[in-house]
Formats: sequence, C-alpha cells, structure tokens
Amino acid sequence: MKLFSIFISAFLINNFLLVKFLGICSFLGVSKKTETAKGMGLAVVFVMFLASFMTYGVYNWILEPLHITYLSTLAFVLVIAALVQFVEMVIKKTQPTLYKALGIYLPLITTNCALLGMAVINIGEKYNLIESMVNALGAAFGYMLAIVLLAGLRERMEESDNMPLCFRGLPISLVTAGLMAIAFLGFSGLKLGGM
Amino acid sequence: MDINNLIYPVLSIGGMGLVFGVVLGYANKKFHVPVDPKVPLVREALPSANCGACGFAGCDAYAAAVVGGGVPLNLCSVGGASVAENIGEIMGVSVETANPQVAFVKCKGTCSVAKEKYEYDGIKDCRQAVIAPGEGPKACSDGCLGFASCVRACEFNALHIIDGVAVVYNDNCVACGACIKVCPKNLIEFVPASQEVLVECNSKLKGKAVKENCEVGCIACSMCVKVCPTQAITMVNNLATIDFEKCIQCGLCATKCPTKAISKPLKAHETMDEAVSK
Repeated sequence: MKLFSIFISAFLINNFLLVKFLGICSFLGVSKKTETAKGMGLAVVFVMFLASFMTYGVYNWILEPLHITYLSTLAFVLVIAALVQFVEMVIKKTQPTLYKALGIYLPLITTNCALLGMAVINIGEKYNLIESMVNALGAAFGYMLAIVLLAGLRERMEESDNMPLCFRGLPISLVTAGLMAIAFLGFSGLKLGGM
Repeated sequence: MDINNLIYPVLSIGGMGLVFGVVLGYANKKFHVPVDPKVPLVREALPSANCGACGFAGCDAYAAAVVGGGVPLNLCSVGGASVAENIGEIMGVSVETANPQVAFVKCKGTCSVAKEKYEYDGIKDCRQAVIAPGEGPKACSDGCLGFASCVRACEFNALHIIDGVAVVYNDNCVACGACIKVCPKNLIEFVPASQEVLVECNSKLKGKAVKENCEVGCIACSMCVKVCPTQAITMVNNLATIDFEKCIQCGLCATKCPTKAISKPLKAHETMDEAVSK
C-alpha cells in the first residue's frame, strides 16, 4: 500500500511537470507533436528508472559512508550523464529500433532537471531502494502523461484559425500549461491511506 | 582541519569520473556501430547551414538519408549545383542539378510611390503591423509593409529594406524559404534565378483602386498579355502572372507596362549594390 501511495503521489498529486515544475524546458520544447512527446515520455521513463537505481547506490554506498553527502548534486549529475551515455551506446548497438524510437531524446534527458529532482527527492524522503524506484517510475509516468496531454492539446490548437495572432504558438501553450497545472492542483485533495 | 575532508571528496568524485570515463571509453569501442564511410564524406560536402530547406532535420539527417538511398541528391538549396555534384561524386552517380531558385518580393511600392493610410506607431514587425486596422499602415493591403520581418528571418543576409520595401539580393539568396514563412502578406515567392522579367506587384484590386494606392501597381490593363509573343502572361485575380516555362525573357511586356509593374529586377540588383556599398 505504501508503494502504491508513493506511485500515485509522484504520478498525480506531486506531478513533476505540473505541480513541482521540474523539467519544464522539455515540457514546452518537445510537446509539439504527440508522437515526439510519446518518444520523450518513454525515454524519461527508461532513464529515470535506471537513474533512481544508480543514484541510490552512489548516495548510500559511496557518499554517505564518506560523509560527503553535500556533494550529492555533483555526483548525481556525473552519474546520470555517464549512465545516459552508456545506455545510448548499448541500445544503439543492440536495439536499433528502440534507438531510433528514442532518437535525440535520450541525450536530451541527461540535462533534464526532473531527473535530478527525482534523485534529490528520493534522498530527502529517505526512500529505500524499492521505494526510490517506484517513486521514479511514478514521476516518469506522470511526466509522460503531462507531456502527451499538452502535445495533444497543442496539436488541436494548431488547427484553430480563429486564434488571435499574438496568442499562436508558444503563448497559448504557456497559458494551456498554466491551466493544466491548476487542474492538477485538484489532485492534491486525494487522500491516500498511509500517507 | 581534517585532511580527510579534502581527500575523500576529491578521491571519490574523481574516482567516479575516472571509472565512468574508462567504462564509456570501453563501451565506445565495444558497442561501436559501423557507419557507412560515405556518411561523413557527404556530411562534409554539405554546407552545414542546418537550415532544413532540404526537408530533413539538418545536414546530418540529410547526409544519412542520402547514403541510405531513395533521396534526391540535389535537395540542398544552400549549396546549390556544386554541392549536388560533389555528393554525386561521392555516391558515384551523376546528378541532375535542380534549377536554382531565389526568393522574390512581389512589391515595388516604395515610400515615394505607395501611399500610407495612417502613421503606424506600434511594434516594428510586419506580423504585428498586419493586425492593425486595414492590415497595416500601407494603403495597398497587399503591399510590402517594410518592417523587415523577412530581413530578420534571413540567415544569409540576402534581404534588405530599401526605401520601405524588402528586396532580395540574389547573390546571397540560397532559397531556404525562411522569409516566405514569416511574410504575413505572402509577398515572397520562389522564382528561377535566371528569370529576369518579373511582375513586381501583388495587388488583387481592380485597376482604379490600385492606382489610387500606388503608382507602380499592376492595374490589370492586360497590355502585357496582348504583347507577349509566347502567351506566357495571363491575368489572374487582376494581376499579371508570368508562366516561367513559356517566358523567353524578351522584355516586351516590361517596355509596354504603363505603370512599370513588370520590370527587369536587374534594376533591383543595382540599387542593392548601391545600398550595400553605402
């Protein structure tokens, strides 16, 4: 039950994009088409899951024993960047189709603040390994949900001819993202057992 | 101060960096994917403008597509014929070079000949000015506003505003189409670079209305249609339109045109040279 509530919390109540406002750059940058948004979402799920495992290991097995946890941000950036590079090479060799599907988004995620945010939150909440991974999965799927929703809305709005010129493109996307964030505030009313 | 406070961070972070570096270096060798050696060659032949005029995401994507096959080799409008030939050499096929094109602004209503409806004091951008009443300050609602949106869109310094109207400098134009996308009046179009006789007007109004707004607009008198020996000119929406396939560039229409809406933009070249040298 604890795991479920962690998942739902990261997925909806504390949605990274719309409630915590982490990773906004890619949220607006890669949400022009539903297809690319899906690719980005999948890549985030993939990398977050692996990164939660790696950052947990680095923090608990290297940084904490040496009492240098104040270096966690630096270490996490290092770990995530190296991990993404490595994963990219591996799937380029072994899974060309998956590599094509993820495409440019995989290296893009390296610098995504949502990823770092996830690692820092895992530490802050003192989650164990399983909980960290569930939290990461919830956050990543929440990211995917939000970005695909926004991409769908933006695709529809592209079709609109009646929109004033000054609103077209990014302005209306920002307004939409803001409205979505307000809508997601509604989830904060969710009461989960054990929380 | 405990010396360990210094050593541990340096060793651990440095060590992690070293380990990751070694792992990545090993992985780079181990998981190396052989790429067709032609891809980097084609990539080098391309001009690296990354403008996307070829329809691909950039020069890298186009190079990969060329080597992958099934893609014409002459899509790079920036590089033009010479680049297409180079790529053809690398790929071992002969290339039909595409007829080079340049952008062309269909308006010559400069400040002295075209009237203004009112004084516009808003944001100096065509796409902003066009939402002002009457589609901008210019009396002719089809004419060039001259707020230089296209000039800012051009990455090749091929457009300049001269006397209130955008003019393309053919030598610099690579036909990437960036200016065409931003012009709110749809004034800019591609014409063959060799085409010298062009209709420099976009007004779809009837003759009298055009004349009231601008001294050099096409008044749809059809003189050019009658004089053209190859029937290359037709009147479409009160506007003379030249069929470039049929046009032999004799220039008879330009001499007959009473308002000089049809002309040889060689003149534009000259003014451009002057303006640039200034």
